[in-house]
Amino acid sequence: MTAAEWTISAMWVGVTAYVLLAGADFGAGFWDLLAGGSRRGADQRDLIEHSIGPVWEANHVWLIFVIVLCWAGFPGVFASVASTMYVPLMLVALGIIARGAAFAFRKASAELGHRRAYGACFAFSSVLTPFFLGTVAGGIASGRVPLGIAAGDLVTSWLNPTSFLAGALAVGTTAYLAAVYLCADARRAGAAPLAEQFRSRGIVTGAVTGVIALAGIAVLLIDSPALYRGLIGPGLPLVVISAVAGLASAVLLLRRNYLPARLSAAVAVAALPWGWAVAQYPLVLLPDTTIESAAAQPTVLHAVLVTTLIGAVLLIPSLLWMFALFQRDTAPGRNSHGSAADSGS
Amino acid sequence: MSGLPDLVFAGAATPADLVAARVQMALSLGWHIVIACFGVGMPAITVFAEWRAIRRGDRTYLALAHRWAQAMGVLFAVGAVSGTILSFEMGVLWPGLMDTYGQVIGLPFALEGFAFFIEAIFLGIYLYGWNRLPPRVHLLTGIPVCLAGVASAFFVVAANAWMNQPRGFDLDAGRVVGVRPWAAMFNPATPPQTVHMIIAAFMVAGYGMASVYAVAMLRGRTDRYHRLGFLVPFTAAAALTPVQIAVGDWAAKFLATNQPAKLAAIEGVFATSHAVPLHIGGFYEDDEMRYALEIPHGLSLLAHWDPQALIIGLDRFAPEDRPPVNVVHWSFQVMVIIGVFLLLLGIWLAVAWWRRRDLPASRWFLRGSAVAGAAAAVALEAGWITTEVGRQPWIVWGVLRTADAVTPVPGLAVGLLVVGAVYVVLTVTTVAVLRRLTRAPLAPQEEPGEEMNLP
Repeated sequence: MTAAEWTISAMWVGVTAYVLLAGADFGAGFWDLLAGGSRRGADQRDLIEHSIGPVWEANHVWLIFVIVLCWAGFPGVFASVASTMYVPLMLVALGIIARGAAFAFRKASAELGHRRAYGACFAFSSVLTPFFLGTVAGGIASGRVPLGIAAGDLVTSWLNPTSFLAGALAVGTTAYLAAVYLCADARRAGAAPLAEQFRSRGIVTGAVTGVIALAGIAVLLIDSPALYRGLIGPGLPLVVISAVAGLASAVLLLRRNYLPARLSAAVAVAALPWGWAVAQYPLVLLPDTTIESAAAQPTVLHAVLVTTLIGAVLLIPSLLWMFALFQRDTAPGRNSHGSAADSGS
Repeated sequence: MSGLPDLVFAGAATPADLVAARVQMALSLGWHIVIACFGVGMPAITVFAEWRAIRRGDRTYLALAHRWAQAMGVLFAVGAVSGTILSFEMGVLWPGLMDTYGQVIGLPFALEGFAFFIEAIFLGIYLYGWNRLPPRVHLLTGIPVCLAGVASAFFVVAANAWMNQPRGFDLDAGRVVGVRPWAAMFNPATPPQTVHMIIAAFMVAGYGMASVYAVAMLRGRTDRYHRLGFLVPFTAAAALTPVQIAVGDWAAKFLATNQPAKLAAIEGVFATSHAVPLHIGGFYEDDEMRYALEIPHGLSLLAHWDPQALIIGLDRFAPEDRPPVNVVHWSFQVMVIIGVFLLLLGIWLAVAWWRRRDLPASRWFLRGSAVAGAAAAVALEAGWITTEVGRQPWIVWGVLRTADAVTPVPGLAVGLLVVGAVYVVLTVTTVAVLRRLTRAPLAPQEEPGEEMNLP
C-alpha cells in the first residue's frame, strides 16, 4: 500500500469508529427524544445519561481526527467538500454544538424545567446531526462534489435522493446501534424492563433500517449508477456481510444474547462505510479524482503517518481502559472518596 | 441555480461576504479561545487542590476540587463542541487556505487532534472516576488532562504562528512544493507565540476562578472554603503575571525584526526612522498618530534595547498591505493596561501576605479581584485581535491574502446571523449553568471541614 492509501485507511478507521461510537451516542439521543414524558421516561433517560456521560466526548473526537487527517492528507478534497457542502456542514456544526452543550448543561442542572429544555435540545440535535452528516456522505458518494472550491451545486449536492437515503440510513443505524448497546447496559444495571424495551426497539429499528437499505437499492440504481455498480461489484462482499450481520444481531436480540448482538450490530454498521469505500476505490471524488492524485506530498503523509502511529500507541490503551472502567458495574456514591460528577444531578 | 437557491442566497460572494466570513470566524474563535483557556489552566489548579486534599486529608481542598471538576465538565463540553465548529469553518469559510496550505499546517493540527483526544479520554475518567478509582489513582488520571491541555494549546498556536511566519514549503507557479511539515510547525513565531498563549490561558483560568470567590467574599462568605477557593487560583495567576509581561516583551521584540508591519501598526509608526518614541493612547489618522502621549526613544529602546534603533514604519509597505492601525493599536493598549492592572493586584496581595500573612484588608482589593477574571479574558481577546488583525490583509503573512482564501459561496451573511444567534444562546446558557453551579449546595461529602489556619 502507498502512503496515501495508508493515510486514507487510517482516516476510514476513524470514520468507522465515529460511526459506531458517536453513532451510538447520537442514537441514545434519538431514544431520549422518544422516551416519553419526564416521569415515564426518567428511567430511560437516566440509563442513557449514565451510559454515554463518561464517553461521549472521547467518541466525538473521532470526527476531529477524521477532519484533520483529511485536510493534512487530502487538502484539495477537504476544501472541495467543505465549500460545496457549506449548508449541511454548518448545520452539522450547529447540531454538534447544541447537542454537546445541552447534554452537559442537563447534567449540571437540577430543575425539571431546565432539564427538560436541555434534554429536548440534546435529543433533537442528536437526530438532525447524523441526518445532515448522512446527506454529505450521500452527496459525495453520488458524485455531486467535484474537485474544486465550491465547484458543486450548493443545494442539489445534498438535497437529492441518494443524500436523503444516506441521511435516513444514518439516523436509522444510530438508533439501532444505541438500542442494541443499551440492552446490555440496562441488564447490567439490573433494569430488566428497560432491557426488554430496548430489545424490542432494537429489533424494530434494525428491521426498519434494513428495509430502508433494501429500498435504497432502487434509489441508487436510478440516482447513483456508479455507486450502484460498485456496490454490486467489488463492494458486494461487504454488503453481504452487513446484511448477514444485521440478521444475526436480530436473532441474537430475540434470544437475549446482548453482548454478541452488540458485536454483530457493530459489524453490520461498520460494513456500510467500508462497502462504500471499496465500491468507490480508487476514487475519492467522482468522476476522476483518485486517492493518489488528491494526496498531499509524501513528506506530509509520512509525518502524519508517524504521528498517527505514535498517537495510536498512546490512545488505544487509554481508550480501552476508559471503556473497561465504565463498563464495570458500580452504583454511584458507593465509595467514600465521593462523586463530583454524580452529585447534583 | 434558480428558485429556492435565489431565495436563500441573495447574490454572489461580495466584499460583504468576506466581512461576514471574517466576523463569523472571529466570533467562533474569540468565543472558543476563552473557554479553551479554562481547559488548559483549570485542570492543573484542580489537580493541585486534589493533591493537597489527599496529602493532608483536607476536606476543604477536596470540596474545592470537586466543585472545580464539575465546572470543568461543563466548560470542557462547550469548549470541545465550539472547537469542532472551528475545524468545520476552516474549510467551509477558508477553502482557499486549506486547499493550498492544508498540507503544510496539517501536522500541528493532527497532533492537536491527538492531544485533544487524550484530554477527552482522561477528562472522562477524571470526572466520572471519583467513585470508581482509589484516590491516588484518580489524582494521577488528572495529570494527562493537564499535559494534554497544554500540548493542544501548543500545537494549535504553532499552526497560527505559521500563519504569521510561513515556513517549510516552496512555491512553484502558485503550487506548493517541497513541504517540510516539521519546519512549518517549528517556525520562528512558534516559541514566543505559544509561550505567551499558554501563560495567558493559565492567567484567564486562574483569575476567572478566583473572581467567583472574590464576589462571594464581598458578599460576606469569608469562610476557609471561599478564601482557599480565591487564594489557590489567584496565586497561580498572579505568579505568572510578571512572567507574562516579560514574555510579551519578547513577543514584541520578535515582531520588530520578523513582522515589522504588525509592530508599526501596534505603535502607529508611519515613518521609518531611528529613535522612535513610544505612543500611549492616541488615534491614527492621515498617516500620523494624534493625541498620543509620547515617550521619547521609547519604542526603539523597548524593541531593540537601543534608544537610537531603527524602527520600520508603515511607509515601507504599500497602502493595500497595511493592517488597520487603530484596531491593532488600541487592542494592544488594552492588553498592556490590563496586564499592568493584574500585576498591581498581585503585588498588593504579595505585600499584604508578607506583612500580615493575610489578604489585603481593603475591600477594594476584592473588588479589583472580582473584575480580574473578566479583565484577563478581555486582555486575552485584545491580544488575539492584535495578532490576528495585525496580520491583515494577509491570512498567511506575505503569501496569501484573506480575500483570496475566502469561499466564493454567496450568502455568508445568513450563515453569520445563524451562527451569531447560536453563540448568543450558548453564552447565556453557559453563564446561567455556571452561576447555578456556584450556588448549588455542597453535596454531603463536600462540606467544608473544620476551620484550620490558612497555609
